[in-house]
Amino acid sequence: MTSFLLNGVAVSPVSPEDTPLLWVVRDELGLKGTKFGCGIGECGACTVHVNGRAQRSCITPVGAVAGASITTIEGLDPAGQHPLQKAWIAAQAPQCGYCQSGQIMQAATLLKDFPDPSPADISAVMGGNLCRCMAYVRIRAAILLAATFSRQAAAHE
Amino acid sequence: MTGWPALHVLGPAVWKGRCLRIFSVLAGLVLAGLLVFGWIAWYWPIARIPVPSPNSFPQNLIAQGAALAGAGDCAVCHTAAGGKSYAGGYGLATPFGVIYTPNITPDAQTGIGDWSEAAFDRAMHEGISRDGTQLFPAFPYDHFTKITPPDLHALYAYLMTLPPVSETAPQNTVRFPFNIRYLQAGWKLLYFHAGSYQPDPSQSATWNRGAYLATGLGHCGGCHTPRNTMGAEEVRQTYHGALIDGWTAPALTAANPSPLPWTQLDIFEYLRTGASARHGAASGPMSAVIHTGLAHLPDSDIAAMAVYFAAQNGSASATTGAPPAASETADQQQVDADAQLYANACASCHYGASQAPRAIRPDLSLATALWLPDPSNFILTVLRGAGTQDGITGVMMPGFASAMSDDDIVRLAGYLRRSRTNLPPWPDLAQRVAALRAASSHS
Repeated sequence: MTSFLLNGVAVSPVSPEDTPLLWVVRDELGLKGTKFGCGIGECGACTVHVNGRAQRSCITPVGAVAGASITTIEGLDPAGQHPLQKAWIAAQAPQCGYCQSGQIMQAATLLKDFPDPSPADISAVMGGNLCRCMAYVRIRAAILLAATFSRQAAAHE
Repeated sequence: MTGWPALHVLGPAVWKGRCLRIFSVLAGLVLAGLLVFGWIAWYWPIARIPVPSPNSFPQNLIAQGAALAGAGDCAVCHTAAGGKSYAGGYGLATPFGVIYTPNITPDAQTGIGDWSEAAFDRAMHEGISRDGTQLFPAFPYDHFTKITPPDLHALYAYLMTLPPVSETAPQNTVRFPFNIRYLQAGWKLLYFHAGSYQPDPSQSATWNRGAYLATGLGHCGGCHTPRNTMGAEEVRQTYHGALIDGWTAPALTAANPSPLPWTQLDIFEYLRTGASARHGAASGPMSAVIHTGLAHLPDSDIAAMAVYFAAQNGSASATTGAPPAASETADQQQVDADAQLYANACASCHYGASQAPRAIRPDLSLATALWLPDPSNFILTVLRGAGTQDGITGVMMPGFASAMSDDDIVRLAGYLRRSRTNLPPWPDLAQRVAALRAASSHS
């Protein structure tokens, strides 16, 4: 049994320690927003936050996050009003939408580290998040829009 | 004066008599040698004592001992995986066999509860157990001999006030004849120099404090100095780096191949937080050294060690230029399948842009692991990742053992070595990856 915080709530799933965090989150704890893509940490669909930073949950054994704070797309913002979520809608970023929770969780770490990202920063940090619909142009636009929203929000504070 | 007659002129009886005489002289010499050796090797047991009451030690002395035990990383080796702290049973894989560390909690039957302070001091300073048997130098008494009596006094107070645990370590698997503890006296004659730390008057008090901690309790050379075939540290190669438990303990001298010098500030940052933005995060056994050991020391002691080690590597006189190899941009990555693998699997974290290096986004062009002569630290980190307790506390990296094939890791290692360093390729990468994967899956 491993104990950790999931979106701020203490959980103690019983899955064996070597179970991928992705399976525990989806199948045992029932949060289906995080998706399975490649299973080998090379597509980004399963991205969640471990202690506030993007990680691939398909290759992270649940035992490795004992005591950590895990955030999934369901917990990124309690009202679904994270700047990235607002920008995603405004830019109409997704097509099929399968990769978007992973894209958004990775982009959140991108903007945390690079509040004003250059095209090269976006290419490098988002390069491991694949989109089979080829919505990359709109995803880039949404990320830049979210950066603008965040700056505006910061200016109003 | 007549010389010895040629052998062929001696009759059989004379020949036999002379042989007997030579034999008995030799036997006498051997016997005398054994007696002298026995006299040197023999130590009397020190009488058992009733387990001291924890109340007999003042609190401030115990606290001082706790910090010193951190400096010595005692808990790291004297705790088995998943076991109780200080209850022993951790296996040290030496070339002579596995040595299991003993229980050093104050349990009278299985620990050191019945050890007097004199017995403890003798073990630390001379490598002799309470019952008079020789300890193996896997226990670094060759370093601990430098510890001052007041510090030993505090350590004793700390250990004797730990919660006692009843636990007996597994039997050592040290091979014959190395398992004969009596013979350790010979090892000591050759390699052990007893004596407390002698300050270097030409150096500052801070340097001397750092040197005292590093060469004594800290026993940094235990991993970072290569050992000879008898398991003794090669004093002429102090801190030249060594392979230990499958990992490379990098050189702490100017021979360290990092692209940027390890300055005093870098060393402080690394030893205090577990990561240096200009060199990378601690991995392997060093993570525990920092987070479960050195974490107990005040900043002033970490700073003193930084002064001492900066002096060892000459970084004060080194130029601090820009890193020789910059991160590639995504455009460059498109044309190279190996670069694409890196872009998909690694770059979401291992990308620092052109900004000042940040430990949280480790730029692999600066990572010491990539510049070492041996690829084991790089390969082991890819296979096993890093836990939230390793390196930077709270930050993890998933292991790619189940995600990447040996060939993927070989390609990744080759790509990073050729694109991020100006060093020659690592030789035998495929064999190294296969061997380390096999070793990892067994441990």
